[in-house]
Amino acid sequence: MAGQTLYDKLWSQHLVKERDDGTALIYIDRQLLHEVTSPQAFEGLRLANRKPWRLDANLATPDHNVPTTVIERAEGNAGIKDPVSLIQVQTLDDNCASFGIEEFKINDARQGIVHVVGPEQGATLPGMTVVCGDSHTATHGAFAALAHGIGTSEVEHVLATQCLLAQKMKNMQVRVEGELGVGVTAKDVVLAIIGRIGTAGGTGYAIEFAGSAIQSLSMEGRMTVCNMAIEAGARVGLIAVDDTTIEYLAERPYAPTAEQWDAAVADWRGLVSDADAAFDKVVEIDAASIEPQVSWGTSPEMVTGISGEVPDPADAADDTVKRGYTRALEYMGLAPKQKITDIRLDKVFIGSCTNSRIEDLREAAKVAKGKKVAGSIQLAMVVPGSGLVKRQAEAEGLDKIFTEAGFEWREPGCSMCLAMNADKLGAGEHCASTSNRNFEGRQGYGGRTHLVSPAMAAAAAIAGHFVDVRQLDVRSFDTPSTAQEA
Amino acid sequence: MRQFEREQGLVAPLDRANVDTDLIIPKQFLKSIKRTGFGVNLFDELRYLDEGYPGQDVASRPLNPDFVLNQPRYQGASVLLARRNFGCGSSREHAPWALEDFGFRVVIAPSFADIFYNNAFKNGILLVTLDEDTVDRLFKAVEANEGYRLDVDLENQRVTTPEGEVLEFEVDAFRKHCLLNGLDDIGITLQDEDAIRDFEAKHRASRPWLFRDKVSA
Ligand code: SF4
Repeated sequence: MAGQTLYDKLWSQHLVKERDDGTALIYIDRQLLHEVTSPQAFEGLRLANRKPWRLDANLATPDHNVPTTVIERAEGNAGIKDPVSLIQVQTLDDNCASFGIEEFKINDARQGIVHVVGPEQGATLPGMTVVCGDSHTATHGAFAALAHGIGTSEVEHVLATQCLLAQKMKNMQVRVEGELGVGVTAKDVVLAIIGRIGTAGGTGYAIEFAGSAIQSLSMEGRMTVCNMAIEAGARVGLIAVDDTTIEYLAERPYAPTAEQWDAAVADWRGLVSDADAAFDKVVEIDAASIEPQVSWGTSPEMVTGISGEVPDPADAADDTVKRGYTRALEYMGLAPKQKITDIRLDKVFIGSCTNSRIEDLREAAKVAKGKKVAGSIQLAMVVPGSGLVKRQAEAEGLDKIFTEAGFEWREPGCSMCLAMNADKLGAGEHCASTSNRNFEGRQGYGGRTHLVSPAMAAAAAIAGHFVDVRQLDVRSFDTPSTAQEA
Repeated sequence: MRQFEREQGLVAPLDRANVDTDLIIPKQFLKSIKRTGFGVNLFDELRYLDEGYPGQDVASRPLNPDFVLNQPRYQGASVLLARRNFGCGSSREHAPWALEDFGFRVVIAPSFADIFYNNAFKNGILLVTLDEDTVDRLFKAVEANEGYRLDVDLENQRVTTPEGEVLEFEVDAFRKHCLLNGLDDIGITLQDEDAIRDFEAKHRASRPWLFRDKVSA
């Protein structure tokens, strides 16, 4: 009999019941909540007179709507100028208070983007099932946790029953073997994967990322990769447990302690695919072939290497693709065959649940150190993923490097990843962004997003257009790279 | 949840692939804490020529005359015909809420994104997956014939064209059952309360670190 994949193991460890109709009840260990997709779920509970099944499985924090300037944040919720956003954040506070759910409020040092906060607190552990009303919940799969994004009805379902109704997915393995080039990061790896398999390539699959290049990544890098599994259509991204995983979790506030730690670690060591496990699909990528990536269009699969050019719709494979390319070029204001390095930028955003962790900020800071943001850039901002990331970055002096170079140093939140708060692109503006989606209007009405790594974003800020970060004179600087966030 | 048995409705064609949830309902409208009222902002950036914001009076906004849903011939459509990978992107359930609120009961496409697929069924919207060639033929037929309607029958899992052609589709038994009966799946799951409690007790015994309420600080 063939062995089990990591996904198969996680699935069977949480299977409450298989039903005749082909669906299954899966037990959920952790639900993360934020202000945007939870109000209707709490309202549903109230209307049906139901209570949360298990309070300690839930953890909440506001992130999407929170302002990111120091002045606004000093006022707490009162600093939220948009009254509709304010109501949403207050509603989360009220719901958590009245149902008894733990919440890191707007000015708690632990507040931040849910997908940064969960792992940082050790609230995401290997072997857990993790859900959140947010498609980037796949991020947590970096810890060999079975993590799904869900809709609001499902948020309510999990609150009320501690279970999710699910159907088993198929197994896909994406193997990235070999060594990544200097200046090539986790973000480039995942963008290259999406460019290869397409935004629907993973639909219906749980993707396990494996291979020596994936194993060589830090937990931050692994989270970046799993974060974007959904951009390849997969609700779930996974990476097996190894020493890197376990070292990251030691002494995190929500992680097990004392003798439970040893038992947990012994259990976690088994969270790998068996050597003889069968995958329904395997994709192999040579790490050495990946160069720094830049997206040119309005879908994450519309991406190419920094030495590449914008495609010509005339070369498209079929009519639907051709129409898509034509429409994307028109929206992005780009010409066929234009060189990527010729794309001029107006704004730069370093942040989001893809790339706002300490390592991301260190990589960007390495490039920015001692340089200046180009005069043609109207705004270059760095938004840490959580209060604790911010504190750590400040302890390392990264904030100084950024501000001296001309970047704005902000308070934690989703910010311009989705532009629900005041941080937005204007119509027609091009932005080098470390976020995960370049959809039309995503970062502001008419805004033009190019997805890149933190190092590439910093380099673009300094040059005013895209440049190959591998060709920059990146001065190394000493950083306590193994330091734990306090 | 609203019940769905059969829809004999006017078809509107949305001829683009990878329609993402940001396009279905832009983020500024996600600030609402309600489940209703999203229909006027469905496809907001395609439908209007200006930038929309929540709470605005849409009657005074300039419509994009080129956008399909603004054309007189498609007024009152309840079946949306779309291209591959419809509903990709975020988990926002506001997307099916907006489609439903606007009046769509069925979306037909060659493929749908996973999370959107779940969300739509939980809101009484039937998603019909037909192969690429068939969808392509339907696009041509809709564009060629004003007032083109399809008869979508969930019980028998088939779509019938005005020419009498029958197109069969797959839908899983559970979703079909819930949709036909308008069932709330929390109620169904709670019928298995004992099984959940049993599982939870075993899970707690074998992996106590997953439960913080009992872990001493
Ligand atoms: S940072 Fe962006 S992608 Fe991540 S949770 Fe926030 S809005 Fe969503």
